[in-house]
Amino acid sequence: MKFKAMTAVAALLVAAPIMGMADEEAELVVNGEIEMVTKTEPPAHLEGALPEIMSGWRFRSDETQQTQMDDFDNPGMIFVDQAQAAWDTAEGSEGKSCASCHNEPASSMEGVRAVYPKWNEEAGEVRTLAMQINDCRENQMGAEPWKYTGNEMTAMEALISIESRGMPVNVAIDGPAQSVWEEGKEMYYTRYGQLELSCANCHEDNYGNMIRADHLSQGQINGFPVYRLKNAKLNGSHARFKGCVRDTRAETFKPGSPEFVALELYVASRGNGLSVEAPSVRN
Amino acid sequence: MMKWIVAAIVSGAPVLAAAETVAPADVTFDDYGAVEQSLTGTPGDPANGAAIVGNKKAGNCVACHQISALSDVPFQGEVGPMLDGAGDRWSEAELRGIVANSKMTFEGSMMPSYYKTTGYIRPGDGFTGKAAEEPLPPLLEAQQIEDIVAFLVTLKEE
Ligand code: HEC
Ligand code: HEC
Repeated sequence: MKFKAMTAVAALLVAAPIMGMADEEAELVVNGEIEMVTKTEPPAHLEGALPEIMSGWRFRSDETQQTQMDDFDNPGMIFVDQAQAAWDTAEGSEGKSCASCHNEPASSMEGVRAVYPKWNEEAGEVRTLAMQINDCRENQMGAEPWKYTGNEMTAMEALISIESRGMPVNVAIDGPAQSVWEEGKEMYYTRYGQLELSCANCHEDNYGNMIRADHLSQGQINGFPVYRLKNAKLNGSHARFKGCVRDTRAETFKPGSPEFVALELYVASRGNGLSVEAPSVRN
Repeated sequence: MMKWIVAAIVSGAPVLAAAETVAPADVTFDDYGAVEQSLTGTPGDPANGAAIVGNKKAGNCVACHQISALSDVPFQGEVGPMLDGAGDRWSEAELRGIVANSKMTFEGSMMPSYYKTTGYIRPGDGFTGKAAEEPLPPLLEAQQIEDIVAFLVTLKEE
């Protein structure tokens, strides 16, 4: 079954009037000034797998969409404030804070979120933003690393993401990152678990369709970390991947594992061209 | 997160004709994916079948299929075709084959195989996210499948 907008919309009206309409044609402008690209041409490497790429924002109900349109309504912004305090707090054996090396995020972190995960030449590895944050904590500050999907981490990722809001996701998939990207791609199309479902089964073949009470999106991560109304906190992409793999009745991978790092690079690259939206709001 | 597709394995239903139950590995599919022989020898109960099809914690077929006969069940999905008229389009044997292992009828189908226990990639222990050893318990028991098939054959276009 391929996605047919009209069928999906008609069925929504019939089957689930209480959910609130998802307006897949709405445009996202945050604070009346940041114009987000939530639908655009797919990157060339997708080779026609998707006719267009769409942010998860497009698939949410009117009310959920609206909470992301103004920072005063966006519950994720509370965590950004908390992370600003953490940014300025010295920790660890070196007595340093993030600010000691990077001054203000507004000047030093502009554009950073848009290019992560990213190959780190010195370390010889693909690094997610969370890995880079923990590298700074351990090796620059002499502080304990944060839990990979913990609240401190997702809040700090959100603070850094703010400085890229509206910029196009633009992760590099060539050069030394390519083999990791290939590994992530392989995972994306692998049918895991007793339900034998791949990411592509749900998010490529069936986006726009309802699966039980859920309106399937393309599973893009340009909005991560996302604030979910369901658990009232910021959620990292690896926590979402873990939930999706678990729900295929499979053995999951660990957040921060090399497998999920590869998957993140691949999934991020599927959204090259969409705007960085974090912290976005989802149900 | 929502469990979209749930199957209850440990139901209290006593297996009446245990001796005649065809084990998952012994099911015979014909070239088109149909299964002639009943999995239990006990006729299916269509009312129970309807309940399993609509129940989130059992077959949960409505996660992917719309069925007008179950219009009281909310949130019917759109991933698979509507099942209205399935009893006209398919024979009992074909329906048994589709539910037991849809991939024998529809190559590469997204529909899960409900009576299969081995051959999975990273099989998990239900929805715990933990590893599980094969053979896994099948998603549905033999009699549950017979009940579902008995329900599906009643789905006729008016
Ligand atoms: C059986 C269906 C299914 C499978 C398989 C699946 N997902 Fe999902 N996924 C969902 C549902 C339902 C949601 C919530 C609604 C939505 O955003 O699509 C979701 C949400 C997501 C989101 C959040 C999107 C947003 O904008 O908030 C991401 C990212 C995601 N999935 C990635 C993946 C990846 C990567 C895989 C494979 C490892 C995967 N999913 C496998 C059903 C699935
Ligand atoms: C994850 C999605 C999914 C679930 C869950 C699912 N199905 Fe399906 N089903 C499909 C798809 C997709 C097809 C279409 C065949 C194809 O092309 O792969 C299908 C086809 C069928 C057909 C043939 C449709 C027709 O009328 O031509 C029947 C009958 C059927 N399914 C019954 C069931 C029953 C009964 C259950 C639960 C025990 C179930 N399905 C659960 C996805 C699903």
